[in-house]
Amino acid sequence: MTNTPKTKVLVSDLAKSFKMHLRDGLEIPVVSGVNFSVSAGECVVLGGPSGSGKSSILKMIYANYRCQKGQILITDGDEIVNVADATPRRIIRLRETTIGYVSQFLRAIPRVPALTLVAEPLMAQGIAEDEAFERAGNLLSRLNVPERLWQLPPATFSGGEQQRVNIARGFIAHYPILLLDEPTASLDAANRAVVVELVEEKKTQGVAMVGILHDHDVRDAIADRIIDVTSFASAA
Amino acid sequence: MSLDIQNSEDLPLLQVSNTTKLYGGRIGCKDVSFDLYPGEVLAIVGESGSGKTTLLNCLATRLTPTSGSVNYRNRMGQMRNLYEMSEAERRMLMRTDWGFVHQHPADGLRMTVSAGANVGERLMAVGARHYGNIRDTATDWLGRVEIAEDRIDDDPRAFSGGMRQRLQIARNLVTAPRLVFMDEPTGGLDVSVQARLLDLLRGLVADLGLSVIIVTHDLAVARLLSHRILVMRHGHVIESGLTDQVLDDPQESYTQLLVSSILQP
Repeated sequence: MTNTPKTKVLVSDLAKSFKMHLRDGLEIPVVSGVNFSVSAGECVVLGGPSGSGKSSILKMIYANYRCQKGQILITDGDEIVNVADATPRRIIRLRETTIGYVSQFLRAIPRVPALTLVAEPLMAQGIAEDEAFERAGNLLSRLNVPERLWQLPPATFSGGEQQRVNIARGFIAHYPILLLDEPTASLDAANRAVVVELVEEKKTQGVAMVGILHDHDVRDAIADRIIDVTSFASAA
Repeated sequence: MSLDIQNSEDLPLLQVSNTTKLYGGRIGCKDVSFDLYPGEVLAIVGESGSGKTTLLNCLATRLTPTSGSVNYRNRMGQMRNLYEMSEAERRMLMRTDWGFVHQHPADGLRMTVSAGANVGERLMAVGARHYGNIRDTATDWLGRVEIAEDRIDDDPRAFSGGMRQRLQIARNLVTAPRLVFMDEPTGGLDVSVQARLLDLLRGLVADLGLSVIIVTHDLAVARLLSHRILVMRHGHVIESGLTDQVLDDPQESYTQLLVSSILQP
């Protein structure tokens, strides 16, 4: 870890707006002048009310949304990649090895069992199937997903069970950068505590995290810094 | 060794530049350019008549483009313009390096010979001669596409639509192609059959490291299978990029309309 640069994410002068062509080209400004950085082993929480652009910022870092202006620099091994203008192939590679995303909503795939969904990110990183399944099972147990559900596709699971499957999928592999999009929303206290533990483990591994967390207890437990997103509100 | 792999993955498998197909004065597709890399799945989406299938056929040498070029990197690493090859070379590519999965299985299968022969025929085209080996490989592939072993001697007329489509996929993949073209492979199948086929395709594409160009009007299929997407309208590519980015943050008016027209079940 000696040569690893400390800054993992550097966002500068980032701006995002939506142009709604189906509403006569209505322009909806979201954020502008977004500046912040995240270091290895640090968890930065984006604060601010709903609609202030927290999720949009997270999605731009993951290249799920485009940005109109600015840079998102990601440290990927020895390279610095600007997500704002990287090619799709580069982004796919970043997502396999460098940036993980834990979202609130599971996109269930027909016929794919929960255990396989959770193990997939490990296998994408080249870890053998047996080990991947074993680690997936351990993590599902920790998150209190009963073993009788592991071989079932999660489409018919309850909302809370789906969310825990998704959290397991998001946390299982090692990514130097992890984005947390309200991972604890609607979880009970016991499972929230497990997520807090998982985040703490990632920190000790030097993972840089950016999160959105409405739950105050969880936020206080894991945030090293809180960035107020309303300061990036677009003048509209 | 690992360096060689790295190099070949960094070079495009297919390079398409300014490919145009005109039907008299009408545009089939116009000035389409893109690179496809090994292991990449590209979806071409758009409504009926947008030029998706015309473009696919131009890439797969089933239609001759009016202008533009399509270059393919062969197994020797040489970049060759498809339309400067001889007919025999192109046919050889189609039989060995490439696959083409049609929307209607009857267009891609021989309906009057057995399932096993449909798969075995492609193997024989690449030089397999030992009957026992051919039959074993065919049985293995039927298993991989979830067709029971005892159906190997039935001809596809006795198969359901979903089974025929799975058989067509086995027939295409048995020769370990590097590039597979698919034209609406899940069109016309009911949803549970479609789910099974998609799951199968997803697994095979990942396991075999295939490059795929898939035409579909179904954005959910594109999201599930593809890395990148081209959105076509009136024969032009109007938007392209990472699949989830195009679908979650569409920039063009027409793409926004397409995405907002999806019914949520």
